[in-house]
Amino acid sequence: MASLVLYPDDERLPRAAGITLNFYLVTALVLFLAMMALGLGMRSSQAGWLGLPPDWFYRFLSLHGAGMVGTASLVTTAIMWFFLRKYVQLHLWAFVANYVLFIIGLWCIVLSVMAGSYAGLWTILYPLPVHSQGMWSREAGAIFMLGYLGIGMGQLLFYLDAAAGIIARYGNFSRALGLQWLFGGEIDQAHPKAVVASTGVLIANTLGLLAGTVALVMSLANAVYPSIELDPLLIKNLIYWFGHMYPNATIYMGCIAVYELLPRYTGKPFVMGRPFLWAWLATVLYVVLVFPHHLLMDFAQPRWLSVMGQLASWVGGFPVFVVTAYGALVNIHRSGIRWNMPARLLVLSMFGWMAGIVPAILDGTIAVNMVMHNTQWVPGHFHFYMLLGVLSMALAFMFHLVGQRHGQVPPDSGGDRGSLPVYLLGGLVFLFGFLGGGRTSVPRRMAQHIDAWTLTDRIGSIGAMLVVLAMLYFVVRLVIGLLRPVAQAAGDGDGLADAAR
Amino acid sequence: MILQDMIGSIALAGVSLVGLIFLVVISQAGKPADEAARTRAARAAGRLQGWVFAVLLLGFVGGSWATLRNLPIPVQDVELGADHVVEVVGGMWYWMISPDSVPAGSLVEFRVTSVDVNHGFALYGPEGRILAQTQAMPKYTNRLLVDLDTPGTYTVQCLEYCGIGHAPMKASFQVTAAGGN
Ligand code: HEM
Ligand SMILES: [Cu+2]
Repeated sequence: MASLVLYPDDERLPRAAGITLNFYLVTALVLFLAMMALGLGMRSSQAGWLGLPPDWFYRFLSLHGAGMVGTASLVTTAIMWFFLRKYVQLHLWAFVANYVLFIIGLWCIVLSVMAGSYAGLWTILYPLPVHSQGMWSREAGAIFMLGYLGIGMGQLLFYLDAAAGIIARYGNFSRALGLQWLFGGEIDQAHPKAVVASTGVLIANTLGLLAGTVALVMSLANAVYPSIELDPLLIKNLIYWFGHMYPNATIYMGCIAVYELLPRYTGKPFVMGRPFLWAWLATVLYVVLVFPHHLLMDFAQPRWLSVMGQLASWVGGFPVFVVTAYGALVNIHRSGIRWNMPARLLVLSMFGWMAGIVPAILDGTIAVNMVMHNTQWVPGHFHFYMLLGVLSMALAFMFHLVGQRHGQVPPDSGGDRGSLPVYLLGGLVFLFGFLGGGRTSVPRRMAQHIDAWTLTDRIGSIGAMLVVLAMLYFVVRLVIGLLRPVAQAAGDGDGLADAAR
Repeated sequence: MILQDMIGSIALAGVSLVGLIFLVVISQAGKPADEAARTRAARAAGRLQGWVFAVLLLGFVGGSWATLRNLPIPVQDVELGADHVVEVVGGMWYWMISPDSVPAGSLVEFRVTSVDVNHGFALYGPEGRILAQTQAMPKYTNRLLVDLDTPGTYTVQCLEYCGIGHAPMKASFQVTAAGGN
């Protein structure tokens, strides 16, 4: 079972591992901030306050989409690695290789957008990346996709190493997921939730990455040999299978930080009951079946696939509402939680995830999708669980680590306490700007907005400014904090942490 | 009530409810319970979890039935019996729509396709809200059925990003008053 000691000894990293982790985290922080700046630029431009030329708007949009999703994956992979390595043997080379491949992929993407004028968006929807009507070249499209291939290969490599470690320790995935306890038997509370979650996410995301790889290889073949024509509907299915799974996997990887850290701050164990195991099994199954909800407006798709997409979207609410967020709330309730930055951010992340699911599930309903698909409703709901959910998990994890380097006392300075409400308030205003836009039929992904649409754009821009301000503070604070050497516990580290309670 | 407004209200209510639950739990978080109270609370939490599951399950079954009973996606390979058929072709960056006007009060079938990349065919009503949409895809034709009762000037707007000319890719569509024209 996850320990209730704030900074247990088995989380002290050997030097090389610590340096690698810092590379991950500092890179992620810098990228998040840079991508947010682009986001703010786009939003203000829609509001009419900044005149980004349309070609730059769409280049920024491509960079922001790919950059944010990739960075979210980078940082949550670090979370999964950090906790999983306590239970199974992970090889540092795999973790390092993932980072190196990510950076190579990132440079391909930056090169394609900045030098090659690529603006075919992060979804690389065939045939747009190779059919731009002169805005960018076929080569630029191909380099962008090669970047994806690099990032995907790194992620697969990391999962492969994790899978090997899990199988070596637990024999098979079924036992790692705790399936032997689904119907009876006493659940071993020492079985780590991090292992259950890691196993679930690596199965589902590997399938998604393989679908993405097939789509990429086909698209690249077509880019090099245009005579190879692809079936646009087939490739759309493959792309959205990957395109749904990959960002969503970041939530499941980030969630490991909640399972591991929240009980340390509440001082109450996070009990693993049968519903927990059922929820993870359900998650692995539904998340593989849910991608057709991105193709609800493709009427050429078999209708049963669309119905399945809606049903799976709705089912997706259960594991969160009934188990994960519910479990977190039970864990917090009358716990005597010590409020500091990591604790606050962990709670915020659960709110962001749970609340963001509401507009998302609505959008996964065919009748609703008919009027909401490709409106700003969509960035409204995914920013909800990405910004307030995933990013909060990542920030909580990093603030927690900063405490380890700072006398083993979790951070809670006046600046921290002041900036979090700015982040939350700005975030909500930003999100409701998008959702309000969706309500009034403002399309997503548009450089130029008509006057009737700018009200929600302006509201959203103001919120975005606050988020960027708060994030600027977080990034400076965390980078400085993370780069300190880990504090050597004077005698007894736990005693120190206890004293701070 | 306009569908979008209803959805907006449901979402706002749902998000607020989640927020409220968090606020309540957070307000109770700082008071540690003693051992006996903890055991009692744990048991209550388990029971409540069962109720949450039951209520959601009911919502799932009822909601699925209500929203899937009349699927807004028409069967694609049969005669749909519309009063008017409108052929729609999207291309970078234009719409070809024929005919581009129908009389009010008709059931209209739009047959939508594309000659190059993916586009999105969205029909905006005269008051500026989306009424219905479908994807415009190369090599496929999507058939969409819409009841058009209110006369006025409708707008067809591309709703799937298709390159630099995406935002201006729109066209007008007339629904004429019965007896007019
Ligand atoms: C200050 C914070 C942020 C701002 C101001 C911002 C702004 C924006 C804007 C203006 C768009 C385009 C909306 C449209 O379609 O009209 C967008 C799209 C997007 N954002 Fe953000 N964003 C922020 C944070 C994030 C975060 C934290 C993530 C993920 C971790 C993220 C992921 C995405 C993705 C995946 C898209 C879709 C790109 C596409 O449509 O192709 N954003 N964002
Ligand atoms: Cu378009």
